[in-house]
Amino acid sequence: MEPWLDVIAVLLILANLRLLGTSRLSVCIQTVAAQALLLGAVPLLMHADELSARLIAIAAVYTVIKAIVLPWLLRRAARELGGTREVEPFIGLTLSLLVGMGLFGVSLFLAGPLKRAGQGHSGLLIPVALFTIMVGLLVIISRKKAITQVVGYLVMENGIYVFGVAFAVQEPLLVEMGVLLDVLAAVFVMGLTIYHISREFDHIDTDRLSTLKD
Amino acid sequence: MSLYVAGLIVLLVGGAAALVAGRRPLANTLGALTAVAGGLLTLVSSAATLAGGAGAQWDLMRPWAMPGGSLHLGMDELSAFFAICISLISVLAAIYGRTYLADQQGRRHLGASWLFYNVLLASMLGVVASRNALLFLVAWELMSLSSFLLVMFDDKQPGVVSAGWTYLVAAHLGTAFLLVLFLLLGSSGSLEFSDLAAGPNLAGVCFVLALIGFGTKAGLVPLHVWLPEAHPAAPSHVSAVMSGVMIKTGIYGLLRILMLLGTPAIWWGYVLIGLGAISGVLGVLFALAQHDLKRLLAYHSVENIGIIVLGLGLGVLGAATNQPAMAVLGFAGGLLHVFNHAIFKSLLFLGAGSVAHAAGTRDLESLGGLLKRMPTTGATFLIGSAAIAGLPPLNGFVSELLIYLGAFGSAAARAGVTVYGAVAVILALGLIGGLALACFAKAFGIVFLGEPRTAAAAGAHESPAAMRWPMVVLAGLCIAIGLGCPLVAEALRPTVYAVAGALGLSVESDSPANEGMALVRRVLPYISLVAGALLVMIGGAGLLRWRLLRGRAVEPGLTWDCGYAAPTPRMQYTASSFADPILKVFRRLIRQQRQVHPPEGLLPAEASLHTHAQDPFTEGGYRPAFLAVMWLSGQVRRLQGGRNQVYVLYIALALLVLLVWKLGL
Repeated sequence: MEPWLDVIAVLLILANLRLLGTSRLSVCIQTVAAQALLLGAVPLLMHADELSARLIAIAAVYTVIKAIVLPWLLRRAARELGGTREVEPFIGLTLSLLVGMGLFGVSLFLAGPLKRAGQGHSGLLIPVALFTIMVGLLVIISRKKAITQVVGYLVMENGIYVFGVAFAVQEPLLVEMGVLLDVLAAVFVMGLTIYHISREFDHIDTDRLSTLKD
Repeated sequence: MSLYVAGLIVLLVGGAAALVAGRRPLANTLGALTAVAGGLLTLVSSAATLAGGAGAQWDLMRPWAMPGGSLHLGMDELSAFFAICISLISVLAAIYGRTYLADQQGRRHLGASWLFYNVLLASMLGVVASRNALLFLVAWELMSLSSFLLVMFDDKQPGVVSAGWTYLVAAHLGTAFLLVLFLLLGSSGSLEFSDLAAGPNLAGVCFVLALIGFGTKAGLVPLHVWLPEAHPAAPSHVSAVMSGVMIKTGIYGLLRILMLLGTPAIWWGYVLIGLGAISGVLGVLFALAQHDLKRLLAYHSVENIGIIVLGLGLGVLGAATNQPAMAVLGFAGGLLHVFNHAIFKSLLFLGAGSVAHAAGTRDLESLGGLLKRMPTTGATFLIGSAAIAGLPPLNGFVSELLIYLGAFGSAAARAGVTVYGAVAVILALGLIGGLALACFAKAFGIVFLGEPRTAAAAGAHESPAAMRWPMVVLAGLCIAIGLGCPLVAEALRPTVYAVAGALGLSVESDSPANEGMALVRRVLPYISLVAGALLVMIGGAGLLRWRLLRGRAVEPGLTWDCGYAAPTPRMQYTASSFADPILKVFRRLIRQQRQVHPPEGLLPAEASLHTHAQDPFTEGGYRPAFLAVMWLSGQVRRLQGGRNQVYVLYIALALLVLLVWKLGL
């Protein structure tokens, strides 16, 4: 099943670039959901010859939460909060893409020594994991809206998931479920916070909260 | 041992009890009483240790949950000597302080003030008894913090808050150097004093670190800037303790580290002599230029620390070049001066407190004629002034004489390079002595002699008995040490030998170190004799005056007034004009600012002279440095832009750098 893993890795890269290149909020959320869907398939592909009911169940729960529940929550939040449906970046979309390409190079460079430590499933898995984490950070850093920060956080979590899958020797999914639970809680907290911020200040642009720094 | 620990416990419990008593008058009594009781316990205990020889030394070790730390207390000759100084002065200052604070009773939270006072005493006693570096540093910090809080007592007065902050910053900068010092010394893993040792080639670095760290507390130039700010700001009994004994913990620390480092290098001696000479001369010059009585006294502390360090420098030089007689005399002079300065400086601060209490001001130009109004304060202040100026038959003379003896002995023996050090000590001591005499002629003359310059000074009244007695006791000690100097030197011998022995000199009974002590034994009885004769003569003169005046009326009259019929007190010498001829010579050195309007024409109408002495180290060194730090902090503040995204960027960049670094790319 190696080729399929490579295909998924390439698709993840493309999803990351699409995330950086789009100006629409709904596309962002869609992309995160698509990424999660791809990731749900990864453990199944890796253990294709020894599929168990438990593995399938965990993968299913993961996919449902990451690809359906969380995007639905985000979409609802975006709709209820109103405002524009643009992502409102600090740096232009073209520049974001260029930085993204640079980050991919950095990931490849960093992955060199890491590959020796990981298991040799696919040469692309570790650079893609690093790249996804960095893209998540880039989205958090370079986008104004609070909701895009939540999106960035989810993307970062996707990257951590890939990393875990590539490295974990046994029971990788159990670790992942723990992380997932954290993410779920975090997203709820963020959603609530965003909701309250927008109610208090009539907007959710984090850059306009800078007066609160002291 | 149990007495000492009991004393510490009494101090801490008493402080806590005073805090509970709060604003009630009981707090004042309770705090002072426990300070006196605790101080007496530790005084008795440490005196017994010093008198009892090696058998009376003790060592107490309890485990402590702190990593590397242990509750390890101990008492040897050096610790006992400093503990005696601390306990003695603290007890007398506490008695004085109770009455000094009495008019604040019920209005201010005296419980807190006494808590800090007792904690200050306990932490000073803890510093000299600690045998573990961590415990030492904890006690050291407690000492800095409690004295900082005591300085802040009158925080409504202008200038007190900034003085407190200056002190706090200086104290912590000093502690930073001590932290590095103990990390270097404790590189073997254990922080017990007995295990501390400097690594190869690190002894010099350790010495410099100790000199800066402890020198800040002791007030060596150029690290002295906190001293003239903090000491005048504190209540007078606290100034007496801070100036009399707290700064001596710096000397204790320096000596302790020297003893840990073993045989010193020659340049350590030269550095100590150089710093001591600079501190002594500049300290007394700055003092001469002051108009505030307590500020003047604070600068004199800088001067006297300089004298002490001159003595230590001579001792270190002697130890490094194996000249035991010179070393023993240097250490003996330095240590005796620690004790003497503790006595007369606290006496003078208590006197200054009485003056400030009675006249409501510490400004020399507003005082005058107080000797008639406050005879006891005046007489004891005179004795203290004569003692600090190093005049016989008082104690200051004895300690300076010992240092002179050591220096002259070395200079006369023409023993190689140390001659330069010895000559430098002699020159510096001579200059310091003369200037100190001028300075105290000014301080005593302006404050106590002549006519009152203001109505407040004219209305001054003598302090209550409880404030006078501690001063009388201290003045009595000044005379007693002057008279009984052979006995005092004998009592000091174990401490001196312990220091000299730890610095690599042989102090067996037939070794050359005893030459120094033998010289002391030969010379001091004469000093004692001359002092006694001098006292008898002074007493005789007083008796003669009394006999001659008996049965005659004494009435005040005008002095010869140049035919001017309406003299006013403003025609007297002022403090500035008295000091001006001397300061003119040194004006370049101390950067005194003068505004002179000399009398002009045949019938001059107006003339004036304003002098203002700023500390060039504060103005030229520290203020620009701290302004630069402030500017830099302002620049760094830009990093805190208030944007979440930027903060995440910082974290991401830091993590990326760490990742690259850890992967070894």
